[in-house]
Amino acid sequence: MAYQRITLTVNDLTETVDVPHNMTLLQMLRQKLSLTGTKNGCSAGECGACTVLMNGEPVNSCMVLAAECEGATIVTVEGLAKNGKLSKVQEAVAKAGGVQCGFCTPGMMISATALLERNPNPTDEEIRQAIVGNLCRCTGYFRIVNGIKEAAKM
Amino acid sequence: MINPHPGLPELEYVKPATLVEASQFLAEHNGTAKPFSGGTDCFVRLRDGVLKVDYLVDIKGLDGTKELSFDPKKGLTIGAAVPMNKVATNKDVIAHYPNLAMAANSVASYQLRNRATIVGNICNASPAGDTIGTCMALDGVLNVHGTDGFRQIPLNSFFLGPGRTVLKPGDVVISITLPVPPAGMVGVYKKLGRNTIGDLSIVGVAVLGYPNSKSPSGYTFRIALASVAPVPFEALKAEALLSEKKITEETIAQAADIAMESVTPIDDVRGSARYRKLMVRNLTREAITEVWNQLSK
Repeated sequence: MAYQRITLTVNDLTETVDVPHNMTLLQMLRQKLSLTGTKNGCSAGECGACTVLMNGEPVNSCMVLAAECEGATIVTVEGLAKNGKLSKVQEAVAKAGGVQCGFCTPGMMISATALLERNPNPTDEEIRQAIVGNLCRCTGYFRIVNGIKEAAKM
Repeated sequence: MINPHPGLPELEYVKPATLVEASQFLAEHNGTAKPFSGGTDCFVRLRDGVLKVDYLVDIKGLDGTKELSFDPKKGLTIGAAVPMNKVATNKDVIAHYPNLAMAANSVASYQLRNRATIVGNICNASPAGDTIGTCMALDGVLNVHGTDGFRQIPLNSFFLGPGRTVLKPGDVVISITLPVPPAGMVGVYKKLGRNTIGDLSIVGVAVLGYPNSKSPSGYTFRIALASVAPVPFEALKAEALLSEKKITEETIAQAADIAMESVTPIDDVRGSARYRKLMVRNLTREAITEVWNQLSK
């Protein structure tokens, strides 16, 4: 098994990790760095439970090789709260009742954070477009969309 | 614990520094090495065991693969490592190739489009590739580096069958160049999926049209169809009709019928062949009508 040593930034910390070549970014976050907030759903780039920010843009971490992440900046759901305080999106979606089983929530929060970063005042349609790749089987999306809308106002 | 979704099979990740190195490596390991950019398609197939390789060759560091530039004479060049979101939000693309932005935006989800690339979509040679039809209708040309150096391959002679192209061992597609679109071009991409957004296409129809004083109808139309034949292709007979006959509601309906007759779809999990045929007719009619409405304004 071929290994590669990579150095990257994860949630503001510099990490140096030895990764097998076939390890995905998702597996590295969960298994090597114990950041289990990022979830493994479909492993096929469809469900979005594994969404993280890579160099500021949301990506499916199951669709990225860890070996490709040399020098990258990654933000996972663990990196959204600062000093024990939830981010605006986290707070607003929780308040709106947008969390039920919670499995989609980490990826959803990342997609929503990225959306508000590139478009601070999204319409309902734009919010729905931004979370197309984050499947939720509990909420029916309505409360999540409301939460993201509230976060935009905060 | 049993993981129902195992990771990727054992493989080696290779990141060549130069095109020569990449072509050499791929030629030497023909059949066991595969070039990749976003990996959104090949990772899934590796995981499912449909695709087996010993080496994944990352082309993202190679010369020209990060290019995204528009030249008013040469047209648009999109590097093989440029993700679809970058293409779809590029101001030159929006200004000159809005139909390409439309097609790119129809692919999967936002986060997937941050990895997926147009060149990757083309090289996969899936009959369902959403951006392929528009690139064909825009007369795209692929810039390729092989063991014998650089060469160009027009997109309309690139596909051999599902997943099969004219690429040779050692070839790396660096970028695609889309010539400057004809003056007054209007284009749309119509996609039918099982849901409104985010799914693979059951039928994909790319149509563009522009005024052309040389054709009897005064216009030229290009119609490319996806998911309804072994490879994406142009409905040439329907295009010919629209350049020959005065464009009316009837001509458009006739062209859509001809387009329907030109397809050879299959039954699969997304839809039956019969349904696909009918949808080709309907979507082609809709797409031509939309383009025509804007052209004749």
